[in-house]
Amino acid sequence: MADYILELKNITKEFPGVKALSDVSFGVQRGHVHALVGENGAGKSTLIKVICGVYPYGNYDGAVNFEGKECRFKTIREVEAAGIACIHQELNLVPDMSVAENVFLNNQPHRFGIVNFDEQFEKCRKLLSQVGLDVNPDEIVRNLGVGQQQMVEIAKALARDVKLLLLDEPTAALTETEVDTLLDLVDQLRKRGVTCIYISHRLDEIMRLCDDITILRDGQTIETRPKENMTKDEMISLMVGRDMSNLFPREPHTRGEVGFELRNFTVPHPDIPGRDVINNISLKAYKGEILGISGLMGAGRTELFTAVYGAYRTKGSGEIYIDGKKVDIRNPQDALDAGFFIVSEDRKKLGLNLIMSVKENTTLASLEKVSSAGVLNEGAEVAYTTKYVKEIRTKTPSIEVAVNTLSGGNQQKVVLAKALMSDPKVMILDEPTRGIDVGAKYEIYKIMNELVDKGVVIIMISSEMEEILGMSDRILTIADGEITGEFDAKEATQEILMRAAVGRSAT
Amino acid sequence: MTKKKLTPKIDVRTLTMIVVLVVIWVAFAAATGGKFITTRNISNLIRQAAFTSIMGVGMTLVIVTGGIDLSAGMTMGLIGCVMAACQVWGGLSTPVTILVGLVLGCIIGAIEGSIIAYVGIAPFIVTLGAQLICRGGMLAVTKGQTIAPFEKSYVFWGTEYLLPIWGWLVAAVAIVAMVLLKINQRRAKRKHGSLDESEFEAVARCAAFAFLVLLAVGILNNFQGIPIPVMVMVIVVVIFTFISQRTTFGRSIYAIGGNISAAKYAGINVKKNLTLVYILNGLLCAVAAVIYTARLNGGTATAANGSYELDAIASAVIGGTSMTGGVGKVSGAILGAVMMMSIDNGMSMMNMDSYWQFIIKGLILVAAVWFDTQTKKAGK
Repeated sequence: MADYILELKNITKEFPGVKALSDVSFGVQRGHVHALVGENGAGKSTLIKVICGVYPYGNYDGAVNFEGKECRFKTIREVEAAGIACIHQELNLVPDMSVAENVFLNNQPHRFGIVNFDEQFEKCRKLLSQVGLDVNPDEIVRNLGVGQQQMVEIAKALARDVKLLLLDEPTAALTETEVDTLLDLVDQLRKRGVTCIYISHRLDEIMRLCDDITILRDGQTIETRPKENMTKDEMISLMVGRDMSNLFPREPHTRGEVGFELRNFTVPHPDIPGRDVINNISLKAYKGEILGISGLMGAGRTELFTAVYGAYRTKGSGEIYIDGKKVDIRNPQDALDAGFFIVSEDRKKLGLNLIMSVKENTTLASLEKVSSAGVLNEGAEVAYTTKYVKEIRTKTPSIEVAVNTLSGGNQQKVVLAKALMSDPKVMILDEPTRGIDVGAKYEIYKIMNELVDKGVVIIMISSEMEEILGMSDRILTIADGEITGEFDAKEATQEILMRAAVGRSAT
Repeated sequence: MTKKKLTPKIDVRTLTMIVVLVVIWVAFAAATGGKFITTRNISNLIRQAAFTSIMGVGMTLVIVTGGIDLSAGMTMGLIGCVMAACQVWGGLSTPVTILVGLVLGCIIGAIEGSIIAYVGIAPFIVTLGAQLICRGGMLAVTKGQTIAPFEKSYVFWGTEYLLPIWGWLVAAVAIVAMVLLKINQRRAKRKHGSLDESEFEAVARCAAFAFLVLLAVGILNNFQGIPIPVMVMVIVVVIFTFISQRTTFGRSIYAIGGNISAAKYAGINVKKNLTLVYILNGLLCAVAAVIYTARLNGGTATAANGSYELDAIASAVIGGTSMTGGVGKVSGAILGAVMMMSIDNGMSMMNMDSYWQFIIKGLILVAAVWFDTQTKKAGK
């Protein structure tokens, strides 16, 4: 019988309205590198949070057994003491502290509370040589590259005598050579007896590194197999494999003229000089079609359109055409004037002012329509808002209530009302149905259809393959800041899209 | 569609504040044997509150954007001294002197605002720096002297009263305006089927407003009439309520304070609007400076010893403005200012040591914010 260091038994985790994990069970063998793969939203991150105590015991159903004992962790400290460490997608280092201070954060060698800096320095140097990182322990973390920072994170885990290391998308931000270094390091850790759980969208890395593979889909464990019994193609079909149900109100559209075009659009990386988030993308979107943009998280989909909108941290270069006319967009005001509107993926942070009313949110991007000489006309505001509430069937007790009292679906409709009121020619919908229930999703799809009929160019970014396939007329896939495929919706399947979305070797 | 049930909208917060204020007044009245509620004292108290309210209005706008102005008191002081110098030493007429003050207020605000908005330095730091600079400026202008006296037409703004007959006229205008606004608002809402107030409620609101206005004017007229500073305050509050509630600019500053990213995404010119807020705040500091120096009949550097910006911040916060931005009403600043001044005034009347004033004011400030966080939690 296999020696499991970690066993998960029937883990179920519910959020209000959503079952993020349902009956997840699998075991991780001691000394193995165990891969966890699945689509965006399959439940990987939630599972990680259960294992490393972000959701404390009692917050989920089921049992986490570590080293044969059931864990009842209440705090992160207990998790760390047990020997479990997690390296999250976003690094958790203090940028303005030194490497040594970060490695021994809250774990400093000390005597009566007074830090022994010599010992800290020496210990840190040893740890850094173990992870193969050649920097001075006194170096400030901000001055290191992302790959090096990742190594510091690993050294930090080793300083705590880690037995089980969880790596959540560790290579997402790394260059090819950094990826190689990281994979070698994980391999060495394995040889020294550290067990790893490795999460990645990059299936090649998984095939290269891991011993066992567990597939998650819709919050459920689909299968756990040793690598030898799994191919990349099998992995992909297991990740996506499900039937398309009748969730999408697909309507026949007739493609019209080009309404939106990008030529040679490049966006530099905001933090890493010399790298690009978007690399020379050209694309066309037509009136009378829904263009779906598919790709994995971090591929650059949101960055591309945020940069076109003039709201990204760095300025994009390239040419933007709306209705055949070249437009110059320096900020969101220019974009709105040009007839471009983005319904952002993060409606709470970027789409809405939660403490403002339905009315105030609806008119916010078009105040000039409801005012003269800077003075608001309340009657006009009420008229417009009421019109859109009726038109897109927003359920709200009154147009004066604050939007944070509405459900997710109705909040999204308020964002759509705001978009519609600005009379957009081109509308970007970034994850338009994230976190909203099935009924509201259907309504939002119907609104999209209505807009297409009115001649608005609709570009939909989505991580949900079903949604992309169910609603788009044409699909582009983006990976690593480049377009890796263009498909007619009739020809595309989830497998084909997934293959294009994992990018690089697959194309 | 079934008829929606009309639940009366009661502003719990304002109501609580008014109750607290009444309790404070009753307590002081009892403790001073009725001296606190003589019309003379109330007139005096409201005039003091007028000055703090005007500063509080500007501060409310600034805090609504998510900022803070630590320089307001010193800006006010500096402008006062400059105006005194203009008139006393420079011989400028009153209108020109006041114009110089107002322009200077705008300039100081414009400098602070553009550094905050365009350079991107935190408001706390920029206005802290400005506080020190203005304090230095004030001492430089006065060289420690008192610059006095002003002309009579200047002193008028701090010390005179409206004739009682004018006071009644003002009250009448206010009540008629309120009723007309209400009718207009209800007509618009009925047209769009979003009427959320019953006839009875509307009448009750108007009646309550009329009663309060008549009561206030009655009390003030019983002494000498409406003090000019109070009149100025009323005008300032009306104008700035209009600006903050009825203009695109007002809407923009609430949007910026509530969620600056969403405001940017909605195409709002964040930098321009932020700068404008600090300009208006500077302008109001100048208005307050006119009243302050007119009352003292001279420009002195004593303002350097005060902490008028803290009174203004406290008025805004007690009046319901949230330090996190996006929430707050200009009119709330009056309530906050009246409450603070009542405590000052009542306690000195009781001959209590001044340290008690600080302690009690501090407690009330913290309690007001605590009350806000509690009602917010209960609302969720």
